[in-house]
Amino acid sequence: MKIYRVNMSNLSFIAEEVPEEWKMLGGRALTSAIVAKEVNPTCHPLGSQNKLVFAPGLLAGTRAANSGRLSVGSKSPLTGGIKESNVGGTAAQRLAKLGVKALIVEDIPKGDKWYCLHVHKDGVKIKEETELLGKGNYEIIHTLTSRYGENTGVMTIGQAGEYKMSAANISVKDPKGHIRSAGRGGLGAVMGSKRIKFITLDDNDGEGIEILDKDKFKDAAQIFGKGLLSHPVSGNALPKYGTNVLVNILNEAGALPTKNFRMGQFDGAEKICGETMYDTIMERKGDPTHGCHVGCIIRCSQTYNDKDGKYLTAGFEYETIWGFGAGCLVDDLDIIANVDHICDDIGIDTIETAGSMMVAMDAGILPWGDGPGIIKLLKDEVGEGTFLGRILGNGADYTGKAYGITRIPTVKHQSMPAYDPRAVKGVGVTYATSTMGADHTAGYSVATNILKSGGHIDPLVKDGQIELSRNLQIATASIDSAGLCIFVAFAMLDYEPVSHAVIDMINAQYGTNWTVDDWFNLGRFVLKTERAFNQAAGFTNKDDRLPEFFYEPVPPHNTIWDFTGEELDQVNKLTNLVYIVNGQAQSPEYQLIGDKNLSIFQPTADRKYDVNPKFQ
Amino acid sequence: MEVKLKLFATLRRGRFREQIVNIKDNSRVIDIINQYDIPSDEITICLVNGRDADKLQILQSGDTVSLFPPVGGG
Repeated sequence: MKIYRVNMSNLSFIAEEVPEEWKMLGGRALTSAIVAKEVNPTCHPLGSQNKLVFAPGLLAGTRAANSGRLSVGSKSPLTGGIKESNVGGTAAQRLAKLGVKALIVEDIPKGDKWYCLHVHKDGVKIKEETELLGKGNYEIIHTLTSRYGENTGVMTIGQAGEYKMSAANISVKDPKGHIRSAGRGGLGAVMGSKRIKFITLDDNDGEGIEILDKDKFKDAAQIFGKGLLSHPVSGNALPKYGTNVLVNILNEAGALPTKNFRMGQFDGAEKICGETMYDTIMERKGDPTHGCHVGCIIRCSQTYNDKDGKYLTAGFEYETIWGFGAGCLVDDLDIIANVDHICDDIGIDTIETAGSMMVAMDAGILPWGDGPGIIKLLKDEVGEGTFLGRILGNGADYTGKAYGITRIPTVKHQSMPAYDPRAVKGVGVTYATSTMGADHTAGYSVATNILKSGGHIDPLVKDGQIELSRNLQIATASIDSAGLCIFVAFAMLDYEPVSHAVIDMINAQYGTNWTVDDWFNLGRFVLKTERAFNQAAGFTNKDDRLPEFFYEPVPPHNTIWDFTGEELDQVNKLTNLVYIVNGQAQSPEYQLIGDKNLSIFQPTADRKYDVNPKFQ
Repeated sequence: MEVKLKLFATLRRGRFREQIVNIKDNSRVIDIINQYDIPSDEITICLVNGRDADKLQILQSGDTVSLFPPVGGG
């Protein structure tokens, strides 16, 4: 495989051999290792020193189910720290089939011209782009599909990315031509700073994927796929209801953040819940289930039609519906679907933008529950790049500062997702301590706190949450590096053979002898690398804290955020790993992972996940 | 005494969303589950007044029981 490197200053491209230290990295492990090694941690995220890195996971392009997720890495303009934003769609597998281990975009163009990149079997073409400037993502994807044909991968930025807003995302075309988003952390602004409007990918005649032991891989892939389909969450609940099934359970559990995190229950929950959404989709002849990438067998995505049966949006997720719904007191699913469509089109993260809108409502910019007002702000202000639009488009923190609001639900400047940390304490620990800022996917303790996957830990008490979040953060970093969808974790947590199948697939593909410890050490390596970058960028333990308003009780359970700083600091202390080479402890930074010739890992005394042996 | 029973996701099929249920004093969650012929193994999450509850928990008048099959997302 190769590293493709594009320099936007002199518009050059080179293909490089993959350095030894990156060979057994993929996805998030690789984007974070590259950013940590090559990007000055104190640089301006929108300046010439930052880089934008795209990497498929270790298993991308293979027959492993759900292995088509892409990692996009950079220094984040939103958080000021390292960022990996994860997305489905049509890009990761094409990069893998082209033999591209990572695409690194560096520097910024001289002059004012905009460009597009075309990634193909012989490298990357850099061309000037004029036609699609100022356009939204739907039109861009439609035009590029006509220009290059159906079988072309597309990664693009909308107007928000062109304006370099800190909430701008990178959109990726999905197999149906709809949009998936590398949503978090403002990476669309980094792409905009490099004046790249879109990247197309053509994998025709690519070198393909090398698998050293095909039979062993096939066997493990079968166990893995069967495990995903036999688990009731990934085999049944997610395909039927999508992620929005969570509205009702979080509402019942008193943890659905309502009116900018004032309450844990929303009176309008039933109108926006997954069950209502499913009935609406069926009634309007939408599509209740499809995958965000080829080879996805969980198929949690869907298309949602309007009242006239016309396409309105796709990939309509719980976080989006919560944020513009309960978060802003809007109880109209059609309005929220419209908001989702607009956010996808202008290329802005729905979680961050929902945070901006909640803060905007607290600031009196628009009344609580004003769904049409949100649509108007997005279309007329954010999409047009007005003064107010640029405030909102830079996220919740920026909006709060502009209007003197102190109730801002962010950590490391990134908006909190759809779970109140006082009523799902495990995910609060993740919000506080993740290298990413407030991010539920970085260590989804909701699974064990609420959904009873991987055992059960009471969401309302502190006991066990530090350890739970830490273990999930490590496991997630490994899953992100394999290029797997995070929803494989439900089966991996509950069925031990599914976890082993992942390691077996990696060993079969690469000829390694990874053990379970090596797998988790990959995750530890990721977290340590990211944390080292953040520390060098100026973050300290004091950034691993929640905003002070979380010390107010949240009804109905009236629990508060009661972790001390010392307790939270245990998460990352315990993440430390020790490398032993020839009997000597080594510095852990940037060490080779899983290379049996160089390092032997001494695992820390981790509590392993509860394993439910019911999988046959 | 009366309690409120709420069903979610697939448990609603052929049943209902929400109903006030009359039960004898000292009834347990499992008694209502049986009363409505809900296969107990289809229920993964059982909340009483928004808190995780055992199916053997004894109910009090005015309690809300929320039952879910396996669900996930994020």
